[in-house]
Amino acid sequence: MAEPGNQAFPTALRFRDDPAADEPAVSLDAFLEQEEADSVRIEAGEDVTALFPPLARVRLIEVDFPRFRDGRGFSTARMLREAGYAGELKATGDVLVDLIFFMRRCGFDSFAPDKPFDPADAEAALARWEHVYQPAADGRVPIWRLRHGG
Amino acid sequence: MYKYDRYDQAMVDTRVEEFRDQVRRRIEGKLDDDQFKPLRLKNGLYLQLHAYMLRVAIPYGTLDSRQMRTLAEIARRYDRGYGHFTTRQNIQYNWIKLAEAPDILADLARVEMHAIQTSGESIRNISSDQYAGAAADEVIDPRPWAEMLRQMTTFMPEFSYLPRKFKIAVIASPADRAALRWHDFALRIVRNEAGEIGFEVYAGGGMGRTPFIAYRIREFLPTAHIFSYLQAVLRVWNRHARRDNIHKQRMKILVHDLGQDEFTAQVEEAFAHFLSLGEDFPQAEYDRIAAYFAAPPFEQGLSDELDLSDPAFAAWVKQQVVAHKAPGYAIANISLKPIGGIPGDISAEQMEVVADLAERYSFDELRATHAQNLVLPHVRKGDLYAVWQALVAAGLADANLDLVSDIIACPGLDYCSLANARSIPVAQKIAERFADAERQADIGELKIKISGCINACGHHHAGNIGILGVDRKGAESYQLLLGGSGDEDTSQAKIAGPGFDENGIVDAVERAVEHYRAVRAPNERFIDTYRRVGMDGFKEAIYG
Repeated sequence: MAEPGNQAFPTALRFRDDPAADEPAVSLDAFLEQEEADSVRIEAGEDVTALFPPLARVRLIEVDFPRFRDGRGFSTARMLREAGYAGELKATGDVLVDLIFFMRRCGFDSFAPDKPFDPADAEAALARWEHVYQPAADGRVPIWRLRHGG
Repeated sequence: MYKYDRYDQAMVDTRVEEFRDQVRRRIEGKLDDDQFKPLRLKNGLYLQLHAYMLRVAIPYGTLDSRQMRTLAEIARRYDRGYGHFTTRQNIQYNWIKLAEAPDILADLARVEMHAIQTSGESIRNISSDQYAGAAADEVIDPRPWAEMLRQMTTFMPEFSYLPRKFKIAVIASPADRAALRWHDFALRIVRNEAGEIGFEVYAGGGMGRTPFIAYRIREFLPTAHIFSYLQAVLRVWNRHARRDNIHKQRMKILVHDLGQDEFTAQVEEAFAHFLSLGEDFPQAEYDRIAAYFAAPPFEQGLSDELDLSDPAFAAWVKQQVVAHKAPGYAIANISLKPIGGIPGDISAEQMEVVADLAERYSFDELRATHAQNLVLPHVRKGDLYAVWQALVAAGLADANLDLVSDIIACPGLDYCSLANARSIPVAQKIAERFADAERQADIGELKIKISGCINACGHHHAGNIGILGVDRKGAESYQLLLGGSGDEDTSQAKIAGPGFDENGIVDAVERAVEHYRAVRAPNERFIDTYRRVGMDGFKEAIYG
C-alpha cells in the first residue's frame, strides 16, 4: 500500500499513482500571492475556502494536524474534495494510525505523520471496516443504500 | 423494537475487534496514555477514582428483556453485582478492569448493544421520550428517527474528533420528558399545516459550567433532509469552535458567541451546500426502520377498570402509572429511588426481575429515563396488580415519581475523578428527611437534581431545586439553586445565596419546601410558586 521504494519518505503512505509534487508546500498566504506555486500547506483554523478560486492549479495540499485531537482538518479535507479538488491531499503532523481510516474517508490520499506508523497496524486500520454508515468523500456506498439495492 | 441486520451486527463486532486491538497496543506500549485515552472514551471507558467505569449505550432508552438480562450478567461477572442508570438513559458500571473491557463489549454485541461514543468528544447516545410509542400525546413514535440518527452519527468520519461532546435528543410530543432544550442539538417532531411531518430544530443548549437553553434555529425541517442539516450544524461547529480552552468548546459557546441569527445563517448556508450533494437517505430506509417500531398487537376490548381496594397498590398506581394511548393499557414507571438508596442504582437480581416483567407483561419492552428510573411501557391494566406485587417483592415498588425523593444525582465524589463533592449522601439524606409518604404527596411535583461538580451531570441547572457540590477551601460545600426545569417550560435555576455544608443543605431544602407549602396557591406546584414569588420570596425563608 505504501509507495514501494520511496526512499525519500520512508515513513509516508501514499495512495496515488501520479508523481509526487516536487515543490515544497508553501503557506496559504504565500500560495495566494505566488501564482506559480502548486503546493500549499493549510494550518488548523485557516479558512480552506480561500483556496477554492485557485484550486485548479493546485497539485498538493498538506493539511496539518497540530494535535491528533484537533479534528478541523477532517472538515478541511472533505470540503476540498466537495469543491472538486482531485490532487494530492496529505495529512501531516500528529497523525495517529487510529485516525487514518476516517482520514481516508474524508479524502486524504497521503500521510506524512510525525511519528511513523507500524505498517501492519496501518494496514489493519484501513482494512478493518467492510461497510460504512454514511457517505463521505471516498465514494463508498453507505449501508442505507446497500440495504435498498445500492 | 429495532433489530440489527448483518450490517449493524458487523459494525459492532468490528468495533469490538478494533478496541481489542487498541487495548493490545496500549498494553504493548505502542499507544501512550494520552493517545489511548480518546480511543477508550469513544468506547465508553472512563478512568474514575477507584477503577475504570464503562458506560453502555441504551439507544433512546429502549431495551428488551434479553438485553436487560445481559446487563445483569455483566454486573455480576465483571462488576460488583449492580449497575447505575444515568441521565442519558444509559447504564454504567463502576468497577471495570481494562483487560476485561473488550470481553464485555463482545458480550454486549451479542445482544445488539454497544458502548460506542458514550464518552469523549463524540456524538453521544441519542436520547428520547421514555414514553415513545405509548404516550397519548405524541405526533408519531420518535424512535425510528432516533435510530436513523444513531446510525448516521455512528463513526461519522468528518466528525469523529469534534471540539467537545455533542448531545442529541428527539421527541414527538408537546410535553417534554427528555430535557430537550438542554441538548446541543434537539429535534421535536411536529406536523405542519399541510399535514407533513418535520422537525422543529433547536441548537446550542447544554449544562456544564456555562449553561445555555437551546435556541430554536428552524421551525420546520423536512425529515428527508435531516442528514444534510445535521452535517451542516456539525461542520459549522467543527470548523469554527474554539480549540484553545476545553471549557469553551461546546457548541453552545459558539452559538452564543456568534449569536442565534449568525449561527443560523451559517448553518443554512452549509445546509444548502450539503443538499446539493444529494446524499440524504432514501425514504425506503426510513420505512424499513419504522416497521420495527410498529405498535405491538394490543388486545382490543380490554376494560379500563382497576381494582384499587388495596391502598398500597392504589398509592403506587396514583404515582407511577401514566395514561397509555391504547385502551386498557397503561405505562408503569419503576422507581430506582428507594428512600435511602443510591439514585439510579439497580442490582443484577432486580434487573432480572424487571426483565421478566417486561417479557411477561410489556411486549418485551423496557425503557430507561433521563431521571434515572425505568418504565414498562405497555402493561394491560388488568396486569398492573401482578406487576406491582412482583416489584414489591424485588424492592422496586416505591411510589415517588416526580416527587421530592425522586432525585437525580450524579455519582459524585464517591466514584468520579472530576467531582468536588459527594452527591449520593446528600440525595440519601434529603430522601430520608422527606420519607413520609403523606408529606411527599402533599408537597407534590418537585424535581431535585444534584451535581457533585460544575460539569452538571446531575442536571442541577434544570432542577426545581438544584444542588451543586463545590470545593470550598478543601471542604465539600453545596450551593442551592431554585427555579430550573427540564420540561417543556424549560428554565435555568438560579443560585439562592451562600452555600451550605452537607447537613446544612438538607435543612435549607426543607426550609424552601416548607416555605412553598406555606405560600402556595391552590394547585400550584413548587416551580409555579417559585415563578410567581421569585427568588426574593424564598430567600428569607432559606437564609433567615
